[in-house]
Amino acid sequence: MIGAGVVGALVAREISRYEGEVFLLEREPDVGWGVTKANSAIVHAGFHEELGTLSGRLCVEGNALFSSVCRELEVPFERIGGYVLALSEDDRATLHGLHAQGTELGVPGLRLLGREETRSCLPHVNPAVEGSLWAPSVGITEPWALAVAGAENAVANGAVLRLAEEVHGLIAKGGRVCAVKTCRATYEVDAVVNAGGLQADAIAALAGLRSPGLVPRRGEYLLLVDVPSALRSSVLFPVPTPQSKGILVVPTVDGGLLLGPTATDLRPEERSSTQTTARGLAQVVEGAQRLIPDLPLGKAVKAFAGLRPEPADGGFWVGRTEVRGFYQAAGMRSPGLTAAPAIARWLAGQIVADLGLVPRPTFNPLRSAIRRAAELAPEEWDALIARDPRYGRMVCRCNRVTEGEIVEAIRRGACTLDGVKFRTRAGFGRCQGGTCTDRILSLLAREQGARPEAITLHGPGSPVVAGSVR
Amino acid sequence: MTRHRVDVLVVGGGAAGMAAAASAAREGAKTVLVEEGSCLGGVLDQCIHPGFGLHRYREELTGPEFAHRMLGELRGVEVWTESSVLEVKPDRPLAKTVGAAGWVEVEAKALVWAAGARERPLGALRIPGTRPAGIYVAGLAQRMVNIHGLLPGRRALVLGSGDIGLIMARRLHLEGMDVVAVAEIRPHPGGLLRNVVQCLEDFGIPLLLSHTAVEIHGQGRLSGVTLAQVDGAGAVRPETARLVEVDTLIVSVGLIPEVEPVSSASGDLSMGGISTSSRLQNRTPWLFAAGNCLAPFDLVDTVAALGERAGAAAARFARGELRPAPTVSLRRGDGVAVLVPAAVVPGEPAILYLRAARPMDEARVSVGTDGVGRTVRGVRPAEMIEVRLSAEETEAVARLQEATVEVIPLR
Repeated sequence: MIGAGVVGALVAREISRYEGEVFLLEREPDVGWGVTKANSAIVHAGFHEELGTLSGRLCVEGNALFSSVCRELEVPFERIGGYVLALSEDDRATLHGLHAQGTELGVPGLRLLGREETRSCLPHVNPAVEGSLWAPSVGITEPWALAVAGAENAVANGAVLRLAEEVHGLIAKGGRVCAVKTCRATYEVDAVVNAGGLQADAIAALAGLRSPGLVPRRGEYLLLVDVPSALRSSVLFPVPTPQSKGILVVPTVDGGLLLGPTATDLRPEERSSTQTTARGLAQVVEGAQRLIPDLPLGKAVKAFAGLRPEPADGGFWVGRTEVRGFYQAAGMRSPGLTAAPAIARWLAGQIVADLGLVPRPTFNPLRSAIRRAAELAPEEWDALIARDPRYGRMVCRCNRVTEGEIVEAIRRGACTLDGVKFRTRAGFGRCQGGTCTDRILSLLAREQGARPEAITLHGPGSPVVAGSVR
Repeated sequence: MTRHRVDVLVVGGGAAGMAAAASAAREGAKTVLVEEGSCLGGVLDQCIHPGFGLHRYREELTGPEFAHRMLGELRGVEVWTESSVLEVKPDRPLAKTVGAAGWVEVEAKALVWAAGARERPLGALRIPGTRPAGIYVAGLAQRMVNIHGLLPGRRALVLGSGDIGLIMARRLHLEGMDVVAVAEIRPHPGGLLRNVVQCLEDFGIPLLLSHTAVEIHGQGRLSGVTLAQVDGAGAVRPETARLVEVDTLIVSVGLIPEVEPVSSASGDLSMGGISTSSRLQNRTPWLFAAGNCLAPFDLVDTVAALGERAGAAAARFARGELRPAPTVSLRRGDGVAVLVPAAVVPGEPAILYLRAARPMDEARVSVGTDGVGRTVRGVRPAEMIEVRLSAEETEAVARLQEATVEVIPLR
């Protein structure tokens, strides 16, 4: 497996159901730090997808699989539903089209709502709303948590995770891939899966495939916290354009509200350009205010951007290729996250068949998440503190994360401030780490036996402090 | 899991909370003080510079010295450190707390909220650019340096001229960092004049007024910040943009009262902090508040004085001696950026704390329309104006439904 994003991690997990050796290679210092780290975190219903497309089929299938995958892996997932809002007569016509398309694709529970019904369900939205499409199967999740969980479960079932290990070459013999060369080692393999995210076209080229190319598409977002719960009832979509699903208003599973994304196509060499722009953030605000005019923008705590790979030929690159032993799970434009569980299952099926793998009798599909102390019942939390007092020491006040959770995240592989943040939500809240960063820094240094100046925000080149005073 | 019964529960072990707990205990109340950190003192512990205590102790102390004095006054109080209040019931003074000793429910007769304030993060400003390491709110940088002995970087820009930003500019300079400037978006400094002089001018650190950051640069670690001037209306003048190469950005762009666990009980938070009457009592009668959770104050001496009053009032309420009284709401009018409290009790003396919206040479602070007010000189937004109203003056205001407080410049 090349790439430990949400797709790579879930494919690795699926293959670890069978006997065989699985290596999961990731060039970043942690799991899920590419496309997985910064997107809308939505599990789409599928009505946006055109009939007859692979992405449409995999999106609807993936959506249906999300509940069980997230239950087995203990990943937050809430099927809160979504509304597409029509703000003009033309928009209403588009809604009818989406409704027909979605129904044909097998999206469950789609319903067209008139003006009055929409306004009574969503009193806070733009009063110009003409109607809406309700999609109850739309959900929200934490994509990075799913990547971490998938990788942890794959490792528990025998897979080997290698972080900060970049692939430099693929070796083929007789038209068949037989080895992967990385910056550290050479792996002899029977099959290679390209889940390389924004680098997937480069990986495909290493296999000798002529890929249509990936366009890095930047999406800028604004995160609000502590917003009134009425604004967090469901996902709100505008009517989509041919290019994108538009700027959305998305509740997050940890109580925030995400606005975005923009869609700016970048040049291939800009595939690490995750900066925000004045123009992009203005577009985010303008787009979100079209859906909810009275957004509490004073509650904004973070602006960020993520890149998503837009395949130049428009569709996912999933499955066998003309190079034997080389498979792809790439070109993951939206709805890649939603489709990920379905892609993993389908692709694993192909590989298992091609290699003749047999089921692993000891496979355990269950993975336990880090216990979120604040989500426990009082008596359970009390008992946990009695066993380990670190679960009574609050480190992140905003999201109520205890020292026990942070130490556990470090034990499971978090080695940076971001690694701790994305696993525990410490620093994700209203103060954005202003209160807890120094304590997490101390815990990382203590648990890893490292000096504080060796601790980074997100890997090499991002030290948190320069050294000691005098 | 245990349940604990007390007269007064004080939340927050900084200056306001320590003063409140000490005074509640002096009034004979069975008092518990809950603090999240491992020791009392709150933000004082990291403020190793002098300038504290000139009013309260008539001498100049450092933050830890001030905290130490207060600790000595804390008699008869049960202190729980490393304990957090998760939630306060909206209908009664019942607090859910958790700490290394376990999960405890505290049933009190009165509660003093003294949880202080947090710093506004850079992300709230929506400044475009990258998200590298090296960007810290000033208080965090202060803990890094003064508590942990760590140097945040080599070359710093300070954004925002609040007091913590000014203090940190000097601190980082003294620790050998190159502090290139303090940039302030407003045309006047955000912090006290004495801090502008003692922290910047004395060390040759430039203060760039009407300047703001318009872009953040750097991938792994911060490499620079683009600064630009803003015009009178606050709009960026793009032609003035210039790159300042720094590896550290210290952010001091405002304090936000910490109120979340008690927000369902405290009701109206439209002023930012907890609304109280001049008794420091909320509309929810068992809830009292003191310190920076009301609004950010300039001086710890003021905060401690507020704590003392809130603690004593809470103890009297717990004994059933604080009789309910009608209040007259105060409304922020022209020229007023911050106003504490939100209401006065007619016939009782009151202290109003105001922050003016802009500098004025001489101004009239008026409370309502009945000629109640003061003339003040040298009004600066950075320095709070204290207006002590007599019982007769609050009585005069009682004839109004709602009294508007204004700061009007005089010629």
